[in-house]
Order: sequence, then C-alpha cells, then structure tokens
Amino acid sequence: MPEPTSPKDDLAVSGAGAGGAMDLAVAEGTSLEQPPGSGKSDKARSLWSDAWHDLRRNPVFIVSGLIIAFLVFISLWPSAIASGDPLACDLAKAQQGSQPGHPFGFNGQGCDVYTRTVYGARASVTVGVCATLGVALLGSLLGGLAGFFGGWFDSLLSRITDVFFAIPVVLGGLVFLSVVPGTTVWPVIAFIVLLGWPQIARIARGSVITAKQNDYVQAARALGAGNSRMLLRHISPNAIAPVIVVATIALGTYIALEATLSYLGVGLRPPTVSWGIDISSASAYVRNAPHMLLWPAGALAITVLAFIMLGDAVRDALDPKLR
Amino acid sequence: MLLEVRDLHVEFKTRDGVAKAVNGVNYSVDEGETLAVLGESGSGKSVTAQAVMGILDMPPGRIPQGEIFFQGKDLLKLKEDQRRKIRGAEMAMIFQDALSSLNPVLSVGEQLGEMFVVHRGMSKKDSRAKAVELMDRVRIPAAKERVGQYPHQFSGGMRQRIMIAMALALEPKLIIADEPTTALDVTVQAQVMDLLAELQRELNMGLILITHDLGVVADVADKIAVMYAGRIVETAPVKEIYANPAHPYTKGLLESIPRLDQKGQELYAIKGLPPNLLNIPPGCAFNPRCPMAQDICRSKVPPLFDVAEGRQSACHFWKETLDA
Repeated sequence: MPEPTSPKDDLAVSGAGAGGAMDLAVAEGTSLEQPPGSGKSDKARSLWSDAWHDLRRNPVFIVSGLIIAFLVFISLWPSAIASGDPLACDLAKAQQGSQPGHPFGFNGQGCDVYTRTVYGARASVTVGVCATLGVALLGSLLGGLAGFFGGWFDSLLSRITDVFFAIPVVLGGLVFLSVVPGTTVWPVIAFIVLLGWPQIARIARGSVITAKQNDYVQAARALGAGNSRMLLRHISPNAIAPVIVVATIALGTYIALEATLSYLGVGLRPPTVSWGIDISSASAYVRNAPHMLLWPAGALAITVLAFIMLGDAVRDALDPKLR
Repeated sequence: MLLEVRDLHVEFKTRDGVAKAVNGVNYSVDEGETLAVLGESGSGKSVTAQAVMGILDMPPGRIPQGEIFFQGKDLLKLKEDQRRKIRGAEMAMIFQDALSSLNPVLSVGEQLGEMFVVHRGMSKKDSRAKAVELMDRVRIPAAKERVGQYPHQFSGGMRQRIMIAMALALEPKLIIADEPTTALDVTVQAQVMDLLAELQRELNMGLILITHDLGVVADVADKIAVMYAGRIVETAPVKEIYANPAHPYTKGLLESIPRLDQKGQELYAIKGLPPNLLNIPPGCAFNPRCPMAQDICRSKVPPLFDVAEGRQSACHFWKETLDA
C-alpha cells in the first residue's frame, strides 16, 4: 500500500544527511504496511482464519480429526462396517476368542465383541458432544453475564459454582442417576451438564472481565454502543477462545465419565450398547478372556485421546501466546 | 457556547482513601474552536474528558459536584440512554492507542459501519459503502480493497486515521481527542494532526485536544488550559501563553522543551513529582515544586485571577511571573 513517504524522506535527508538513514526510513515505511508473516497474500485474516490456517498444518489436528471423523461416521451408520446385530447373542459361544467372521471374539453373553464395539461408539459420541454443547452454552451464558454485569449476580454465581465444585463427581452421579429414571443417554447428559457448567462459567467470566477492560470496549462505548452490542459484538468474540479450548478438552473427559458411570451401573443400562457397560461386565473375566475387556477399553481410550488431542491442537491455534 | 464545564469535581474511591482527580475544573469550547488541555500524567485531563463523554467507570468514580452543559443541556442530569444517543452522534472521542482501541476480531469496515447501524439504523450493505467513503475521507489509500481488512493489517498512522474516521462518522459537534498522536512516530504525528485540524475546519466542530506535548498544540489550538493536580492553573489564547506564561508551572513546562539555541546546556526540568491525589498539598498544589513559593502559597488556594481578556492564572504571583 503506498503511503505518502515524502515527509519521511525529507526528514531523513535534512535530519541525518546520510543515505543510510533514508533507506531505513523508507524500508520501515513499507514494512509497516505488511503485517509480519503475511507474505504475498493480501487477503484479510481474522483470528479464526489464522487459527484454521495453523490447524490445517498441525499433524496432531489431522490425526485426531481423522479419528473423530471416523467415530462420527460409525456412530451415524454403524451397519456400514458391522453387519451383525449387537443384541444377537448366542450363549454357546460365550467367551470364545477370535475366529473367522468374528475378529474380536465373543463376550460373556456370547455377543460379537466387534459389533458391540462399533455400536458402542454412538452412545459415547452422543454423550460427549451433547454434554459439551450443553455445558458450553449454559456455562458461557451465565459466566459471561456475571463477568459483564458484576455486582450481586456475579457474587451469587461465584458462590453457586463453589458449591458445585465441592460435589464429588462419582458420588453425585450415583445419587443423581439413581433418582432420575431412564436407560437412555439423556439423564447422563443432564447430569454431566449440571456438574460441568461451573467450570466453563468460571472461565467465561474471567475472560469476559479481561475483554471488558480492553480499550476498544471503552471506545465502542464512547461512540454510543449499548450493553447488548458491546457484549455480543465486542466482548464475546474476544472472550470465546478459552471457552472453546476447555470445552474441546473436556469433551474427552465427559466420554470417560459416561463410561465410568455406566461401569458403576448407574449410567447407561442394557439394552443400550455402550463401552462402559461392556467394560463393566467384562472386568470380572479379565484373566480368562481379556479380549472381552481390551477391545471396548481400547476404543474408549482412543476416542478420549482423540478428543483431548483435538483440544490441544485447538488451544495451540487459538492462544497466540503459545506460538 | 457548545460545551461548558462548570466547577467539575471527580473523585475515585480507592482502598487508601478518596483520590481527588478533578477539583473544580471550568472550561468551554465553541463550534469551530480548538481547546488544548495540557498537563502531566495524572493531572486529571483525561478524567475530565471521560466525565464529559460519560464513560467514567462509576463506581469507583463519582462526580460529587459540577455541571457539564452541552448545547444548553446539563449532561449530568440526563438518563443513561439519552446520553448514549449523544455519544458518537453529537460528541465523539479519539483515543490514544489506535491498535488497542480497535476490536481485533472485526474488520475495520464492520467497525466503521457499526456507527451507522447503531445510530442511523442503516443496513449492513449501506453501512459498508459509508465505511469506504469515510476511509477515503481520512485519505486511506485503496479504501475499497482495504475495507475488509483487520486492524493489525494497518500501520499505526493508518489505524489512527481509522479512529478519526469512526469519531467523525456521524459529523458530531464536538470531538475529544485524548493524546491522539502520542503512540505515533513524529512524521506521522504531523500528518494525523493536519488531517484532524482540516476535518475540524471543514465540519466546524469543537475540538478538545488532550495532550502533554506542547509542540503538537502550538499549530492547531486556539486556546490552552493547563491542568495541575485536577485544577486548571492557567488558561490563555495559544500565542500569549507561549510568549509570556502567567503561571510558574506553565513557565516550567515551556522551559523544559529542548531548543536548538540551547545546544550543549543541561535541559531544564521541573523539580519534584506531581502530588499524590490522595493527599494534595494545602494551599496551591504546585507550591512544593514552585521556585517562587511564599508562605501564602502554602496556606491559601489561589483562585483564577483575570490576567487579561480571555486569560486567567491561578497563581498569587501571576504579575511577577509575567514580568520575570
């Protein structure tokens, strides 16, 4: 972009009288027009397009993204790679190992472990995604409002989050899920949202308070913006990154939490197919038939790992201080 | 009179007590006029401006007394939503650091256009065309191509031009510029000041220029108000104050400007530090640092004495200072 450079030339010549100084001034003038690292491209780049640019080149993101894409695919269409029925069991084949057509063997009830592992992805992914969405929405809404308005609402919310942090997860889960009936994923999701939102609320509150103090929020106010406009257009986009990072990492732990609750017998219950249930029922036979435990446990571990890796990659891309 | 500030007081509650940031400031600006408010950091010049704009954080800030008349209305008696309509449309502010005053996640076009969306209810598409028009007006080259770019893609001078464009968008009657050139390098400073002065003339706006840079003031201001410890210590037309200051503090400020004919000599500096606003010295606040201080300066707060037509000084010894 050609900025008028003549005043700079004048100053360099009259001030120092040295050609070197003039070159420097001109070089500076031009380099200022190009942000560092933008190269030849003159395209507008926002924080989000920058982050996407980084993510696409991050091998951690590519690997975790492929695993997650595969998981989402098999939770939507499990029959595409598993032709059997996860609930069709033959007790005669109980605890048998790998054999043609049944690569992962059979479990204690004589059900095909491969089919059940594939079908189990749906429960885990549903719980993980829905619980994270719920937690992120509720937490950032309450935390954001508390951070922006402060005052009594903020104090009240802070004390409420303290109360929730004091609840032990497993004990809370045992109580909540034995009171709330149902064998579907929804009570489990509701419990995770109930317990998880204070974490996001705290982060959202802190990051809104930080963003609120920025000069551009003050400037927007000086130019006549009202509360809702400041919060929605000037604060939220600048405060949302930490929430996204924590929520993505938490997604993995929510999947693990679902498995924990199912293992304890209060989460999902048969006939729902879930890795947690299978791990629970297989754990008694781990010495005789370890394959019954290892396949669903391995799938769970890979899934949790993939989501946590995704969270890490997202954090690297969104946090400019870590670059 | 476009804007008249009368006996304005602002204080802040802190853990250590009440900090009196502004203690009875009077100033006025007319259409087409430029008032420069000079003073060190902490002299209350920015706080006064924030009170005028209505963007003071309250609490901890508080305005115990004073009036701010803008186009005949006392702003301090208006409700917040009425003041909000005035902000941006009738009076606008330009901030010191244009990079931190622009939202990093919105393109400059969106931020410029926002003025028209908020105050004029314009559609997004129309507001974008207006944004390009404004960028042209503040002479940003290739405005059409750059309207979708983000603040970090502009140089410091260009960013300050965008801030100016935002402030001027709705052609307000009054602009408050809070150290608009402090963050820029010297050559760009001159360009930005010229642009601001030119647009002011064109739109016949009142301009309050807050600065601690005496060099910036000389060319563009009509009158000057010098602030010290939350009070105005001297007001005068710009030429007279440079020729012959009537307050020892102003005199000290002028003497501490490096000059070409003083090559090789030590640069003058006002001794001591500005007072702690929690504990302003009794009498004249400047007395501990003043070379002319007498007993009366330690006991009696000097009122603003009329020195000449349109010229006042808050010094017991203004005559002696003028003659010196």
